[in-house]
Amino acid sequence: MAAAAIAGALTQSVIGWCAGATGIRDLAQLSGGASQETWSFVIERPDGDIAAILRRSPPGYGSVSGRAAGLDVEAELMRLAYEAGVPSPQVLHVLTEADALGAGFVMRRVDGETIPRKILRDAEFAEARPKLARQIGIILAGLHGIDSAALPPLRTISSTEEIGLLRDDYRSFDWPRPVFELTLRWLTDHDPGASKATTLVHGDFRHGNLIIGPDGVRAVLDWELAHRGDPMEDLGWICVNSWRFGEIDKPVGGLGSREEMFAGYEAAGGHVDEARVKFWEVMGTLRWGIMCCGMMRRFRESPDHSMERAMIGRRSSETEIDLLRLLAPRS
Amino acid sequence: MQDEPRPDELIKAVADFLREQIVPQISGHAAFKLRVGINALDLVTRQLALSGESDAEEHASLKALFSHDGSLFNLNAELADRIASGAVDLSTPGVKDHLWRTTLAKLAVDQPNYASYRREVERCSD
Repeated sequence: MAAAAIAGALTQSVIGWCAGATGIRDLAQLSGGASQETWSFVIERPDGDIAAILRRSPPGYGSVSGRAAGLDVEAELMRLAYEAGVPSPQVLHVLTEADALGAGFVMRRVDGETIPRKILRDAEFAEARPKLARQIGIILAGLHGIDSAALPPLRTISSTEEIGLLRDDYRSFDWPRPVFELTLRWLTDHDPGASKATTLVHGDFRHGNLIIGPDGVRAVLDWELAHRGDPMEDLGWICVNSWRFGEIDKPVGGLGSREEMFAGYEAAGGHVDEARVKFWEVMGTLRWGIMCCGMMRRFRESPDHSMERAMIGRRSSETEIDLLRLLAPRS
Repeated sequence: MQDEPRPDELIKAVADFLREQIVPQISGHAAFKLRVGINALDLVTRQLALSGESDAEEHASLKALFSHDGSLFNLNAELADRIASGAVDLSTPGVKDHLWRTTLAKLAVDQPNYASYRREVERCSD
């Protein structure tokens, strides 16, 4: 769907649900987001314009690994998070068939930065940086504390099931990776089993999905991989080396220490199990490696032949060196 | 026999042209995609320069581990299977060293600026 067609459909849609809206302007596709499209635009209203974001799945495109919660569910989770005090953009509209824009939703735009290198290096964020690891812990505790009964239908994935899913994904590529096999063995040998608490898990809580301002985290985005499971999964995933962007001695997104994050998590009422966090960090490193392999397959098989996907495919080796550093460190 | 210049020389010339002449003229999403494209060309240049030697070393190392020959793909598949079955693990002589050397050789092509790789290379040269 070309930008002009999206602009036309979006104008019709917005006039239908946004009180006083007369049209839209400044429609632009944002970079990033290989499996879903994100567009920014402004809703024009005589009483005041609204900066907005459209998130949509173009018809015919699935998620990275067939695990997507679905954009309707994502919108509902953002609403719940917003109500629970987790920094979130306000959802304005969930797309219906009448909108003729595919599946998706419109939310209020939150100003701030998502580009890791800027967040980790620019002077603008210098004051926020030392506080972010703790704040991430607080936010995760809030997110995991959302009332289970209020959640929309979500898959439940245990550590044992996740190992099996990753093994199946990896084997389906039919490309031997001894380091991944070593990791699958380690995970099976160290599987902690069912956790005491099964909670909402964001599933992709990392740089790129956090909007950050000089005052700290302003919004948690992209609930595509949300599910029910072990809350320690999110704490392990944010520690995966791929999200440290060069600051490899600061495990929490290149921002700070595990201890700072754990302190925030516990201060906000959560309980940390460090061995489980380590297990999920190893799992997460493998998972990102396998997601990179999945990008390679989509590059080969999907008609649009995207360069970005091809190059993400070549990032799976980053996870191999990180897995060796975790599981077979050189003395 | 194909004539000169070699593929690596051609690709490097294209990448350098894009980097020096085109990047300054492009902005927005197209600039992002252009950077990805240049990174891809740089990766290919490194692979053409490095993978002949590193593949040969990996092949020799796998032959030594198993005491038999085979294609590089099949020997890798055999190592993967043996690790999966538990027949081979990190305590098997030569395995840890083999995994480290082959992984470092991949990173030298894929992401030589990756911080973990740089840290491990510095460790080698200490």
